[in-house]
Amino acid sequence: MSPALTTAPPPPGAAAPAEAPPAAPERRPRLTPYWLLLPAGIWLAVFFVAPLFYQASTSVQTGSLEEGYQVTWHFATYWEALQDYGPHFLRSFLYAAVATALCLLIGYPLAYMIAFRAGRWRGLLLVMVIAPFFTSFLIRTLAWKSILSDSGPVVSALNSLHLLDVTSWLGLTADDRVLATPLAVICGLTYNFLPFMVLPLYSSLERIDPALHEASRDLYAKPSTTFRRVTFPLSLPGVVAGTLLTFIPASGDYINAQLLGSPREQMVGNAIQKQFLNVLDYPTAAAMSFILMALILVMVTLYMRRAGTEDLV
Amino acid sequence: MSAPLTPLTLLTAPIRWVRRNLVVIMGSLALVYLLLPNVVVMLFSFNKPAGRFNYEWREFSTDAWTNPCGVADMCGSLGLSLRIALTATLIATVFGTLAAFALGRYRFRGKSTAQGLIFLPMAMPEVVMAASLGTLFLNMRVNFGFTTILIAHVMFCLSFVIVAVKARVMSMDPRLEEAARDLYAGPAQTFWRVTLPLAAPGIAAGAMLSFALSFDDFIITQFNAGPSTVTFPMFVWGAAQRGVPVQVNVIGTAMFVIAVAIVLVGQLTSNRRKKQAL
Repeated sequence: MSPALTTAPPPPGAAAPAEAPPAAPERRPRLTPYWLLLPAGIWLAVFFVAPLFYQASTSVQTGSLEEGYQVTWHFATYWEALQDYGPHFLRSFLYAAVATALCLLIGYPLAYMIAFRAGRWRGLLLVMVIAPFFTSFLIRTLAWKSILSDSGPVVSALNSLHLLDVTSWLGLTADDRVLATPLAVICGLTYNFLPFMVLPLYSSLERIDPALHEASRDLYAKPSTTFRRVTFPLSLPGVVAGTLLTFIPASGDYINAQLLGSPREQMVGNAIQKQFLNVLDYPTAAAMSFILMALILVMVTLYMRRAGTEDLV
Repeated sequence: MSAPLTPLTLLTAPIRWVRRNLVVIMGSLALVYLLLPNVVVMLFSFNKPAGRFNYEWREFSTDAWTNPCGVADMCGSLGLSLRIALTATLIATVFGTLAAFALGRYRFRGKSTAQGLIFLPMAMPEVVMAASLGTLFLNMRVNFGFTTILIAHVMFCLSFVIVAVKARVMSMDPRLEEAARDLYAGPAQTFWRVTLPLAAPGIAAGAMLSFALSFDDFIITQFNAGPSTVTFPMFVWGAAQRGVPVQVNVIGTAMFVIAVAIVLVGQLTSNRRKKQAL
């Protein structure tokens, strides 16, 4: 309850000027937040929430663009989409999960270094983490085509170390190439979403009081024990935020699969894009994006419940 | 430190050094991974490719740099992207700041619903939002073009602006505004002279974020663009199928250099100001 709402007269001796000016009507503080929220709220309601409901209804419609669509409660669209594009869904979540794990493995040392070992270079290193964003991500993803090209340095290095045999045995590469294989798509996804992992990790590591490290050392904990028992548990909010910010966009991505992969690596995003923009089968596109959204919501809810909920907004 | 150099220490010293600096080594490798594509983009902006695709190095040339707009439609698409990003940033920043004040300052009924609504666009794959908004426009028989792209961009930028500004608003000391009122500043004066300058860093961060997001967006744009509104990312996407001109790398490099320069100058001046303040 805001103090301005109390109608009781101020106790004698209370500083009168500290109160809101008497001209302000009493009801104002009640409605102010709603007025402030109105423009953004309407925008999100009309262009974000309404389309989601609209999409739900489209997914059970039948018809064509010329004759118009009718709601016929045609749930078979969902079944057909899952049958036709089941592998796409599986690949999406598999690639996104691997990329998220790799982001955590690669991003944690980087965030740790910036938070605890960078000293006065901290600002510069943070700029270096954000710097890739200054070039359009499509151009940067295309650059991986040069880096991973068949005659490029990466492929020849992996070949001379006989690592390509290992990756092809794992099903990650084929025919002595990296491009147009799952490895290239995962590499691109990991690269594209790495900053989304590093930044939340950094912000939760940075908040850790260095005195806690000292205390742990004073109590004869080895550095590895300090990390396991003190640093990592305290950075968990960053780990949760970072994995969500990586996994969710990665599972809906179709750019890396399109530019770095082949038709064998297509993800569910590719399927939705194709149905919407090329085949013009809107009910199927709607059903697929509805399934994708529902699966992600379920996974995120389960994950948040396990990892402990946090006020992310 | 001054241990005698016996063969054994010669062997173990590097190992110990690596162990002690493992985090720095791995972190630096991660930075290399992050920045390598930018270096490659820069390098290949000086390439003279043999075919239509600029993926393999052939010879050094500055042709693309002397003629950056030599490719049909590319600079036009860049201009369109800039116009959309600036307009979307302006709308999203104003609306988002207002909402951030509501969420950061007040307790009211329905607040958690509002927060959930604002969080949801950030927790949803872009392709879902793209397809659903596109379906709506399609069925409303709206003409796809500048307006539909703008509407979509404002929609996904809003949440990011709200989060950035709200964090700043919540960390502001309310006593500063009370002090302004105590010194007989009116509500308007308090807002313009105290509240807004205090919130400015958060608003600036939100605006920059939404500019970057809008300028670089591809997925939502592809689903909501018209045939004649080709933004720069859409141009690059089309080029990736037909043949990538070197000029694309020139634009990528130029944007990178300009943005890094702005950020570094900003950091240096703020460091100097901090030193002067001490």
